[in-house]
Amino acid sequence: MSDAILQTVGLSIRFGGVEAVRHVNFTLAERELRCLIGPNGAGKSTLFKLLTGQLKPTAGRILFRGHDITGHHTHAIARRGIGIKTQVPSLFDGLTVHEHLWLSARRTHPAERTRAIADEILERIGLTAVANGAVGQLSHGLRQWVELGTVLAGNPDLILLDEPAAGMTHDEVARTAELVREINRTHALIVVEHDMQFVKMIARTVTVMHQGAVLVEDTMDRILKNATVRDVYLGKHGGS
Amino acid sequence: MSGRRWWKGSILTTAAMVLIALGVPQVVDQFGLLQLTVFAAMCILALSLGFVWGYGGILCFGQSAFFGLGAYTYAVTAINLGESTVATLLALVVPAVFAALLGYFMFYGRLSDVYLGVITLSVTLIFFNLMNSTAGDAYRVGKARLNGFNGMPSLPTLNVPGDPGRLLDPAETFYLVMACLVIVYVGLHVLLASHFGRVVVAIRENEARCELLGYDVRLHKLLVFTIGGGIAGLAGCLFANWGAFVSPNVFSLTMTSQIIIWVIVGGLGTLLGPIIGCLIMQYLATALGTQQLANTSLVFGVIFLAFVLLVPRGIVPSLRRLALRA
Repeated sequence: MSDAILQTVGLSIRFGGVEAVRHVNFTLAERELRCLIGPNGAGKSTLFKLLTGQLKPTAGRILFRGHDITGHHTHAIARRGIGIKTQVPSLFDGLTVHEHLWLSARRTHPAERTRAIADEILERIGLTAVANGAVGQLSHGLRQWVELGTVLAGNPDLILLDEPAAGMTHDEVARTAELVREINRTHALIVVEHDMQFVKMIARTVTVMHQGAVLVEDTMDRILKNATVRDVYLGKHGGS
Repeated sequence: MSGRRWWKGSILTTAAMVLIALGVPQVVDQFGLLQLTVFAAMCILALSLGFVWGYGGILCFGQSAFFGLGAYTYAVTAINLGESTVATLLALVVPAVFAALLGYFMFYGRLSDVYLGVITLSVTLIFFNLMNSTAGDAYRVGKARLNGFNGMPSLPTLNVPGDPGRLLDPAETFYLVMACLVIVYVGLHVLLASHFGRVVVAIRENEARCELLGYDVRLHKLLVFTIGGGIAGLAGCLFANWGAFVSPNVFSLTMTSQIIIWVIVGGLGTLLGPIIGCLIMQYLATALGTQQLANTSLVFGVIFLAFVLLVPRGIVPSLRRLALRA
């Protein structure tokens, strides 16, 4: 497992009587793109919160490039190189798009280089026109891109995207998919998404979660044909 | 914080302050000069909360704790040493260190904003009661008697560093206080435009996002709180100097609520706002003190309510908006 960027061992979290994430063993290789799907409440976003230190697991371990980061502070984990786009865009509403990118890039770069990175990312996410506008006034779709750009500006080795295509038009979804594939050339990614069209556009390997546990892990084609997965999505009590 | 306007505004304000500092002693009498000296000292105090609360997003209800600590530190040290230079430095350092300790428990203990307000308010009131009960000969630090609610009179005032016999006259003191105000104002501007300052503002906007970008929110807040404590301490030192007197009232509820009113009236999230708010309210307090028709505290309460309800952004941000629209 030496080439794994991320590995979880028996990762669990319990809220009172509910085990939101249940004994998850998950491995992601360097530069791998993994899609994480599952019905609402399957524990996908909770898993992301565990990986970024926003929640502390009740059991299990998280290894990032072999280092145990279980229970580390959120900012320390981010410094190791994990970036996340959260489900509801988490932004600085009073600040400009440019300031977001600047803040993200400036932590690891000198001022001069930071400006170049910010301009480059603005170009890449196509938001140069609104660079100096307050983020609070942008539409949901644009906010998604601002957050994606902010994460990219920090250049983390592992990028977690929680529903990056939500609230986007068909064209925007296609563009996001293209962007994800482009990012994947140099970075490892885990993408949580409900939009199966979007998943089909980017996925190679898919992990399906259900009731906090990993149900199956397989290629996209085989997942689509999997009877258990279909049952879970249609609400039958299947589960393994 | 769009760069160019930010600097333009600050340069204009700085120029105005320097002009006032140089011009005023030529045109006002001794009494007016003393009055303006204390106004300027209080402006520094207003700036300290304007920075901590308006930019750091830390709702500190007890900024007077650091102000008072600065005043008492100066008083005790100056009496013991018989000169003011070390006392002035300690009046900056002691409140800053105290703020750092208090802040460490609050920020690293992950206390929420409401508790922060309650704790800081309690701290200043504890100091108030503590200092009130230090009457009598038993309570002395070296040569300095604390004197409880009577306060400590006839403090040695500022002297030229290295020459304890050469005291500053009122005009010189005024220049010094104005210089401190300008330095604090410009210093905070530069700090806020730096990487550190921009992160501080981002933390105010969204703490969780800052953490996810790899910034240690607790450390940044602690530093903001410590800097704010030091500045308030400086204001306290200048205040103690102005009247050559310090009493437990520097820690009082009236004192601490005044600072909050200055910042609210002038405008949260600006540096000019707290200065303007402080000047207006101080002027009002002086004017109201000369008549007996209405109680000063009552008027302040009404003004505070009116601002919270009608002009919640405060004077400076509201005027800026009007100017932008016009």
